[in-house]
Amino acid sequence: MPLLENGRLVPDPWTTLDQDAFLPAAGPVIVPLSRLEEGLARPPGEQLGVALPPDAEIATLRTVLPRLSLVAVTFPIFRDGRAFSQARALREHLHFAGEIRATGKPLPDQYEFLLRCGVSTVALPAGSDPQVWARAHTRFRTAYQPSVRGERAEGATLRRVL
Amino acid sequence: MPDTLPAPALPIGHYGYDQVDRAFLADRVEQFRDQVARRIAGTLSEDEFKPLRLMNGLYLQLHAYMLRIAVPYGVLDSRQLRELAHIARTYDRDYGHFTTRQNLQFNWIRLEDTPDILARLADVDMHAIQTSGNCIRNVTCDQFAGAAQDELVDPRVHAEILRQWSTLHPEFTFLPRKFKIAISGSPNDRVAARFHDIGLVAKPAPDGGTQFDVFVGGGMGRTPIVGVHLRDDLPEEDLLAYLEAMVRVYNEYGRRDNIYKARIKILVQALGTEGYRQKVDAEFAAMNRARYRLPPETVAAIRARFGTPDLHAPDDAAAQLDRARRADPVFDRWVRTNTHPHRAPGYISAVISLKPAGGIPGDATSAQMDLVADLADRHAFGEIRVTHMQNLVLGHVRQDELHVVWQALRGAGLASANIGLIGDIIACPGLDYCALANARSIPIAQKLGARFASPELQETIGPIEIKISGCINACGHHHAGHIGILGVDKKGEEYFQLTLGGSPGSDASVGQILGPALPEDATVDAIARLVDAYLVHRAGGERFLDTYRRLGAALFKDAVYATA
Repeated sequence: MPLLENGRLVPDPWTTLDQDAFLPAAGPVIVPLSRLEEGLARPPGEQLGVALPPDAEIATLRTVLPRLSLVAVTFPIFRDGRAFSQARALREHLHFAGEIRATGKPLPDQYEFLLRCGVSTVALPAGSDPQVWARAHTRFRTAYQPSVRGERAEGATLRRVL
Repeated sequence: MPDTLPAPALPIGHYGYDQVDRAFLADRVEQFRDQVARRIAGTLSEDEFKPLRLMNGLYLQLHAYMLRIAVPYGVLDSRQLRELAHIARTYDRDYGHFTTRQNLQFNWIRLEDTPDILARLADVDMHAIQTSGNCIRNVTCDQFAGAAQDELVDPRVHAEILRQWSTLHPEFTFLPRKFKIAISGSPNDRVAARFHDIGLVAKPAPDGGTQFDVFVGGGMGRTPIVGVHLRDDLPEEDLLAYLEAMVRVYNEYGRRDNIYKARIKILVQALGTEGYRQKVDAEFAAMNRARYRLPPETVAAIRARFGTPDLHAPDDAAAQLDRARRADPVFDRWVRTNTHPHRAPGYISAVISLKPAGGIPGDATSAQMDLVADLADRHAFGEIRVTHMQNLVLGHVRQDELHVVWQALRGAGLASANIGLIGDIIACPGLDYCALANARSIPIAQKLGARFASPELQETIGPIEIKISGCINACGHHHAGHIGILGVDKKGEEYFQLTLGGSPGSDASVGQILGPALPEDATVDAIARLVDAYLVHRAGGERFLDTYRRLGAALFKDAVYATA
């Protein structure tokens, strides 16, 4: 699945495991939340990510977060916006500095929202045109509210310079 | 443009865009033009296009596309109203429809014209962003804001702050369901604060600043609920942070499995007021408060983009109005019913009724819009307000000029003296336009308007609110009507169910169903009998609503069903 970062396609070093797949002892893997314990049992140096369902409480990751390099949030349908709040809570409440990956079926028209909620990479849904995503990345120069990216305010206004 | 030119005057009553705001809107129009081109070329399917057009207020209705244009906090300037008239004339059927959310809808729009229409709107600093979709919708406001004698705080600057904050909000544009905020600055609630997802009432804080009463979880639709009071002391500097917390809790926990149970009212009921408040407080405590703080400098910077009227009436303005009223009883009646007291001596607010007897509530022709824009320029600082009752207001009219204004309105069919009376009916578009409706609301409104056309009769009946919805989604606010009328479908026939005792104001209540639904041709007569029963039983000057609350439903039930 093509991976997008800063509007450009980048290589994806991660392997995403489903519920039943074999968990390799080495290499960067993303495990489902239900297999997090298993993942954490691997040697400490191995890179680990976790895939959250949209109804997961972010606070439950608090103690394990230092061991995680990646958290994947998901949009089962583009209209389900819970992942926006999850990403923002990861950055803002738990100060997570690793990769937040959007998966599922986000729209290119949501790209700026994803970034401003703290998402760093997007696993493009099947059939996506990366150029449409790239255009969405540069479309707007102004936003009207603060975000976790801490963009510069324009004077005393609410506006932020993107 | 050279820098030496003087800055254009700021619009009165709403925020004046600058170059940055205009560039943002231009980007937005180009984005939509690109999306429409992709749709017409077929590279976007209707399924993919739907959420994008809805984000720009474009609905596909029964017969055509409908474009809903945002009128932030219901305030327009004359230039904007003229542009709306021009769009109605050029791209629609020469009229527009003002809505209960203080917006304007065009009902006969062609998809391929919409990018040009949005570009024309952008030329006058208007847009259709977030007039649809599961996002924070246009923030509604008191139609007498900044003018009313009973107002404590002019809420429009804060309404504008909320408009900006919610515009393409990164986290809250894909909520479980739509989200409506209303704000007032008067203790007399004219915004139905308790029937909104969030209702805010601004008031002076002990330290001389501004603070807010916060209501949450009110709403109509299938499950009408009066909102609960969350707190009474929200400081201005925490306004955005606290709303972030309130909406975030909703985004995380609101139901997404059932569209009819997805509004915040259902979540607040499920968690209980205390349960919801705890979650909000926990979120508020955990968030980066410095980042989301609303500093006084920001409020001042946004306030500075509002034009303010220079109010100077001649000393004898009130006396001149008195003389004109004594000389003309028809004018006198209109002043009694269609004006509101102004805070400044010699001024008054005038309500322009869009409810002529037998007409369609909220409709205005291009010519009428142009005329109102001209009147606003001559007599009201170029400012026009749209009310949630689907009328228009000139907020600051000199009392000595009111007679001239009235004469001009009368010549255009805009001087119905029925504000707050039985002819001032709210009706949704109903089955004449809407893809969701079960029944036609407009013909009932027209027949009621015609039945009670006499201004003398309307004044005798006194204050009464009739609200008509063509389906259970309750866009016509029937739950909050003193008399509510709900269209239902019975085996392919249109029937109408009556509810009594609803109220949108500070004494908010949900109307109760009176009895079995009535066929269309019996509904108007039934309401006439209801009104007759009220006139017989009312005590002193009490309103219909007060009589109902005092005596209960039984006598009204008899009046409606005894002869049926």
